[in-house]
Formats: sequence, structure tokens, C-alpha cells
Amino acid sequence: MNQLETLEAKSVHILREAYRALGNVCMLWSIGKDSTVLLHLARKAFFGHVPIPLVHIDTAYKMPEMIAYRDQLALEWRLNLVVGQNREALREKQTFPDGNVDRIACCRNLKTMALKHTLDGEWPRLRMDHDRGELVEDADLSPYTGVIVGVRADEEGSRSKERYFSPRDVENDWNVDDQPPELWRYFKTDFEPGTHVRVHPLLDWTELNVWEYIERESIPVTSLYFDNGEGIRCRSLGCWPCTTPVRSTATNVPEIIEELRSGKFSNIAERSGRAQDKDDGGGLESLRRGGYM
Amino acid sequence: MNSRRRPAIERGAEGAPRCAPAENASAARRAPVFVSPDLERLDIVAVGHVDHGKSTVIGRLMADTGSLPEGKLEQVKAMCKINARPFEYAFLLDALKNEQAQGITIDTARCFFNTPNRHYIIHDAPGHVEFLKNMITGASRAQAALLVIDAHEGVRENSKRHGYILSMLGIRQIAVLVNKMDLLAWDQAAFDAVTREYADFLARLGVRPTSFIPVSARDGANIAARAAEAPWYDGPTVLEQVEAFKGLDDDLDRPFRMPLQDVYKFTAAGDERRIFVGTVESGRVRPGDEVVFLPSGKRSKVATIEALSGPRPDEAYAGQATGLTLDAQVYAKPGELMVRADEPAPLVADRLRANIFWMATAPLVRGRRYVLRMGAARVPVELESVLSVLDSQELQSVTGAAQVERHDVAEVVFRSTRPVAFDAAETLEPTSRFVVVAGFDTAGCGIALEALPEAAASADAERRFSVGDVTGEQRAARYGHAGKAVVFVGESAEDAHAVAASLERRIFGLGVHSYCLSATDLGDEKDVLGREAQLGRLGEIAWALTDAGIVLVAALGDMDRFDLDRLRALAAPHEVFVIGRGDGGDLGADLDLPTTLAIEEAAQAALRALTAAGVLPAPAA
Ligand SMILES: Nc1nc2c(ncn2[C@@H]2O[C@H](COP(=O)(O)OP(=O)(O)OP(=O)(O)O)[C@@H](O)[C@H]2O)c(=O)[nH]1
Ligand SMILES: [Mg+2]
Repeated sequence: MNQLETLEAKSVHILREAYRALGNVCMLWSIGKDSTVLLHLARKAFFGHVPIPLVHIDTAYKMPEMIAYRDQLALEWRLNLVVGQNREALREKQTFPDGNVDRIACCRNLKTMALKHTLDGEWPRLRMDHDRGELVEDADLSPYTGVIVGVRADEEGSRSKERYFSPRDVENDWNVDDQPPELWRYFKTDFEPGTHVRVHPLLDWTELNVWEYIERESIPVTSLYFDNGEGIRCRSLGCWPCTTPVRSTATNVPEIIEELRSGKFSNIAERSGRAQDKDDGGGLESLRRGGYM
Repeated sequence: MNSRRRPAIERGAEGAPRCAPAENASAARRAPVFVSPDLERLDIVAVGHVDHGKSTVIGRLMADTGSLPEGKLEQVKAMCKINARPFEYAFLLDALKNEQAQGITIDTARCFFNTPNRHYIIHDAPGHVEFLKNMITGASRAQAALLVIDAHEGVRENSKRHGYILSMLGIRQIAVLVNKMDLLAWDQAAFDAVTREYADFLARLGVRPTSFIPVSARDGANIAARAAEAPWYDGPTVLEQVEAFKGLDDDLDRPFRMPLQDVYKFTAAGDERRIFVGTVESGRVRPGDEVVFLPSGKRSKVATIEALSGPRPDEAYAGQATGLTLDAQVYAKPGELMVRADEPAPLVADRLRANIFWMATAPLVRGRRYVLRMGAARVPVELESVLSVLDSQELQSVTGAAQVERHDVAEVVFRSTRPVAFDAAETLEPTSRFVVVAGFDTAGCGIALEALPEAAASADAERRFSVGDVTGEQRAARYGHAGKAVVFVGESAEDAHAVAASLERRIFGLGVHSYCLSATDLGDEKDVLGREAQLGRLGEIAWALTDAGIVLVAALGDMDRFDLDRLRALAAPHEVFVIGRGDGGDLGADLDLPTTLAIEEAAQAALRALTAAGVLPAPAA
């Protein structure tokens, strides 16, 4: 098998294992390329169905194109879309763009906290109502015991050490110095009550693999990844105040692949445009120990 | 726009602009490697004793092949300067704060690198004994290994232990890097001495290393570039060796094995398919092939191999995560091993001999229940005996141990209450691999060596209670009937209970001393120890009530043949009358009642059958 086939098989196996072994499991969908590849893999794993809810954490600072693309795909593929948000932090303006907290605290408020309380069901959730074609308040606030996340090992140091199935304690904390063993295809699926588990089907993929797979499978991605004539495009989609586009004239997937394989980005890290990484001392370990993706 | 359609969602500043671009870093430093998605991917692990230079080897390999992202090396160097520490290549990989603070690797890191021929992930494992579980985690992902030995320190405890673990995990391609040759002024005699000692050790494990390479990771000598210091060495550099490792695809030509991971029946949008899914461990299968599920022995024929879209593939083979539909419907359950009927069969047994490596702090002991995970199966097991514990240093077997301690390698016998399907490691490695779960944790890992015959006398057969003097015959004479356990088994627990309750009303109406009790289910499919305990209780109840002369009517929900075997063993010497409700009829039931029969009809039919079988007294004419 070539490497894309190997990667696909492993990811599909992990998705099926998560679905079989973890009770109430959901999948994070950031609308970016990685989690959209994950969504496509789920459609493959479950033969066109997506029996797992897709949770989107809306920081309110995502680019509007992303939200439009999200709702369109959700309706088209009849996805069980769930949306969570830190409404309070936004109301009280405890954000970096409002100038009241630094980038790290902003990430903590709008992403980590929102994720934690959307997963545990303590904060309200919205759910896509397919008959009405819009999001409505969700009556079901049962906690998710597992969450599938599209992080990759090549993104930064602490992610290179992740397990495919990684337990987090009640506080969402990651004990990175003492992770459980993980052998062959035997992932950790037995947990003490109160723990929940992060599942990482894309750990072995590189950024280039993700684009090659998007090309091979014709997966739709948002137009933000392509130059729309201004000579800039996004390489990694975060919130707009902390995401710096890169100079690039790539207008389609093959051109992006060319840039990554042998062109201008073949030697430059993907997250170099994410400001919060630098504020965390060059890595994301502190943020991630506390529950960041 | 958006804000109207999404009621409770707040927006940040309107019309988020696409912000100004940052200046991109300048063009790539080195001529980049062209890589094609059609190439294969190889996983390699670096192992060896603590501080012998594994991370430095990989850091150097990455740096010297231009595989680091731009600025990474400079960033780490700058960080070392700020903290007034000497620069280490290992810091490129030891990314965790505690790793950098202590100067050791704690957990295995994945490092990606490409050559024009192949894609690689190198797993940088820790060498400290405290982190053996993390080393094993990395090693179990690999098809080849770089085992690093410090030439100056020589062969140490974990050099041997890691060598042993690699051989147990079935990693046959091992290159030994004799590192820090710079400290010994590249002395060939010193290299030869280490080589001889370690080759001897590996030979006793039956392992022949692919190569021994003298290197200085710090100086990058014999890593990517040939060492000028060692004109006497004419073998491969590390990079050349890495390129020479083989991707293993011989699993394709071996018997077909697919642990049944799940069975899907998504009803949305009128999807009628019942899809049997799993990852193929070895071999291949095509539509039309006759397949067997083990241990149940259920048989069918492959109808189709399913895909998300496009034409259906005409074959599924080793390495693929696939899904099949079958010609004739069988109720194979997740956990079984799917094999081809025309190929050598795997082993099926409830006792097995195995090699095991124990990782948990609490030792592996007798008298405690563990869960054995073999393929997709989870079965309750007990340690029957420890045949020998291996001293990983001298490779001496020590017999007579009562338990297996943390970091011990041992040969043991496990006994289960249910049969499990597997292969012996020397026949088919992938399906011989298992882990043992203690509580919530993966506590041990190993390979199965052999299936052993069933234990002569099962503990279940021994009676646990003393009973009084009144005999069964005396009770039967008084009551006008003997005791009996009548058990309904069916997919729907509610339905089975409704039939059971209706039957008991009829029996009681006849003046029979009866009792009805149902277990709605045996508990979570995954909680195998909980299920086993529940089954144990049911067996005790069945035995006690039958012995008391009562006709027990019990509905037990979804059970398979092996659950029933155990129930029968627990109720012995009393016999159980089994009624299958709805299932495919391969339970060996005494009576089958299809679900086409309504509840009352079914109860009436059961009553007739029980009377005919002499369980119930014949009605007075
Ligand atoms: N002189 C010399 N020192 C080396 C060489 N390779 C590594 N070292 C030093 O040996 C020490 C340990 O190196 P690491 O690469 O961290 O060792 P390791 O095997 O990864 O250690 P753990 O992962 O903690 O088991 C560091 O101080 C390195 O600089 C070498 O070729 N020559
Ligand atoms: Mg190391």
C-alpha cells in the first residue's frame, strides 16, 4: 500500500474503534482542512453515514466564510452539527481583540473553556435542525465521554508525543509525563468514571499528506485556503486576529501541494502564522496540558 | 446574514478582514526532496540504554537531510543560549518542558522525514527504565529498529532489555549503532568488542542484526555522511541503512485473518446493508469466498466488499480497513475472528501458553480476573501458572515464580471462561499479539505460543454449598414434579421476558411450584468481567432453585453458545432446558420459537413442548 492508503486505513480503524468502544463520542470540526479530512474519513469508515455528532466551537472570531461553508456542508451531508461558544467571555469582552486579555488567555476563554463546557454539557449547545435548515437550542445536554480531534504530530512538540487514544481527567488535564501504553491496535478504551478521552486519528499525517488526500478524494475545503487575487491565502485557519495569511498565489489544491512538496513552504512550519504558539514559549504544551486541542 | 440564522451565537467585529500578511521567510535552504504520494511509509524506532544518544542520532539525521522546518535549528540554539546551556540535537525532539529540564526523553516522539524513495516516521523512544511502557508504545508501531549503544559505556541493562523486547514484538530488522566513537578516537578494536558482545546476545534470542554501524551522532559521522575517521568501516551509513530496510508486505500471502471490529446496520436513507467491518491483519478475501467466524464457527459467503463511493473493490487485503456484506445472514458478533474456510484454520482454545511482558506496578498474580484483548475479542482470563520468568540480562529462565513482576518477561498459561481464536506466533504473528487489561489499564502485552487442551475439571463443577437431607425424589413426590430451569434466550430481552412471564402464569395455573425471573441483559458488551459475574449469579440461582424442586422460568436476553455452556456448567448436575427466541437457531436450543409466533402463542407452544419432554406433569385426562 502507498502511504496515503496506509494512513487512511489506520485513521478509519481508529474512528471505528472510537465509535464502538466509547459511549457518547463526538468529533470536533474546526472547519479547517484537517478536521474536514477527518469528516471525510468518517464518511468512508461508516459508508456514507456520519453516526457521530460534529461539534464546532465558535469563537466568534472565525472568518465568516468558514461559518457559511460549515452550515452548507452540514445541510448537504445531513450532519449532526452541534455548536458551542463561551457566550459570557464574549459578552464581558474578555478577549484579545477587545484588548482586555493576552492571546493565551483569549485562547483559554474562547476555545479551551468553551470546549470543556460544551463537552461536559454544562453550557448551552446549538444543534442543526435539518427541517428548518438552521441552528436551534439543543435540549440534549448529555456529556460527551470522548472527543475525536484532528491534531497532527508534525504540528508541534507536545503533539508529536500524543497517543491515538489519550485520557484526560475530570479537569480536562493532560498528564503528558505519564501516558498509558498503547500497543499495536490495542488502544486504551477502559476508563475510570469521570475521565474522558481524546481520540487522534490523524497523528501520523503531515500537512502535505492532508493536501494530497484532499486532492485524491476531491474533498471540498473553504476558499480561504486559496489566493483570491490579492496574493495571500491562509495556510492554517484560526481566529482572524491571530492568524496571519501567507504570501502565496496558489489558487487550487495542486498548486498548494506543489508549494509544500518542493516549493516555497517545503521547509516552513505550518503553524508559523499562529501567534499564540510563540507566546507559549515556542510550543503549545502549557495550553494543551490545560485542555487546548 | 449569519447573525440572523444563528440566534444565540455572537459575532466578533463585523466583517472580519483578511489581515495583512506577514513577510514570509526566505526561500528554502536546501534543494528540497521531491516526494510522491505513491511511495510507501516506513515506521522505524530508535531504542537503547538511557543517554546513549538516540535523540541525538535522529536530530542529526533530520538536520543533515534538510528535514527540519526552517528556523527550527536556530530557534533551539537561541533557546539554549538564553538558558545558558550547551546546545543538544536532542532538544529538537525532546519537546516537553520536563524533558528539556531533565535532559532525557520521557515519551516517544514521532519525527517525519522523507527521502526520494520513501516516507519515514522515526519514533524516538526513551531509554530510561522508568519509561519502558513508552518505549514499547513506540516500538510496537515500527517495522525496523535502530538500537543505539554508547561505545564508551558499552552494552548496558536496557541495551539488552530493549533488544529482548524488539524480538518479542517481532521486529526482525535491527541495525545496531555503536555511538560516541569520537570519545574513543574511532578505535576499531573498541567497536569490534561492543559488536561481538552484542551480536552474541542477539544470537541467543535468535536475532541476526542487519548491520553494526560505528557512528558519532554529535559530529554527524556515519549518520548521513560517511565518517572520514573510520576508513576501516565499509558498511552502510545510518541513512543508507534506513533506506535499505524493507517494507513488509509478506502478510499478503498468508492466510486471511480479520478481527471483526463491528457490524453496521445504518438504517438512514433506506440503507439495508449489514456490513461486517474490520482491518485485515493478513491475507486477502474476495466476493464468493466462504468465510468462518471463530470461535462461534458460523459460516457464510462474502457477497460484496463495500466502499463509500465508486465501484466496489473485488478484493480486500492485509492492511486495509474494510467492510463486507455476506450472502447468508449470520449473527456473528464483534470480537470474533473472520477467516477463510479454504485456508489453514487458526487456533481456538480457552487455555493458552504465551510470552508476556508486564508493565503495571501491581504484579500479574493468580486468583485475579484480567481481560485478555486478542484481536477484537475481549475475554475474561486468569493466570493459571507461571512456567518461567526470563532474566533479560543473562537470558536465564527462572522457574518456580508465583507471579510476574513489573518489567518481567515471562512464559505463562492463561485460562479463560470462554474460548478465543488466535494464531501461534511462529505461524502468523499479527494474530498472535495480545494485551492484558488490569482494571482500566493495559498492564501487559505478549504473543501467544500455543493452544492448550481444556482444563480437566473446571472449578465450576465443584459444589459450593452443603444441602440438607431431603432428597430430590422426596420433593418431586410431594410437589408432583421435579425442579427444572427453563431458559429463554433471545435478541430482545423484553420480548423474551414477556414470553417467560406468560409461560410461568400457565405453569403456575397447573399447580406447579414455579418462579419467573429475568435478567434484562448481561450488561455492557464491553464490560466482560461484569458480564461474567452476572452469568455466574444466574448459574447459581438456576442451580439452587432447581435443586429446591422449583420450575424456574428465566429470560436471559442476548447470550451466545459459550454463555450457555457456562450456564449449563454452573447448573450441573441439573440440566437446563433452553428455548431460543428468534435467533438463527445455532444455540443448540431444546426448542426454537421464531418471533413470527406472538407472545401468547409462543408461551403455549413452550408449554406443550415442556409437557411432551416430561418436564411438566401431563395434564389429567
Ligand atoms: N561525545 C558524544 N556525545 C554524544 C554523542 N551522541 C550523543 N551524545 C551526548 O550524549 C548525551 C545523551 O544524548 P541523547 O541523544 O539525549 O541520548 P538518548 O539516548 O536520547 O537519551 P534518553 O532518550 O534519555 O534515553 C547528550 O549529552 C549528547 O550530547 C556522540 O556521538 N558523541
Ligand atoms: Mg532521547
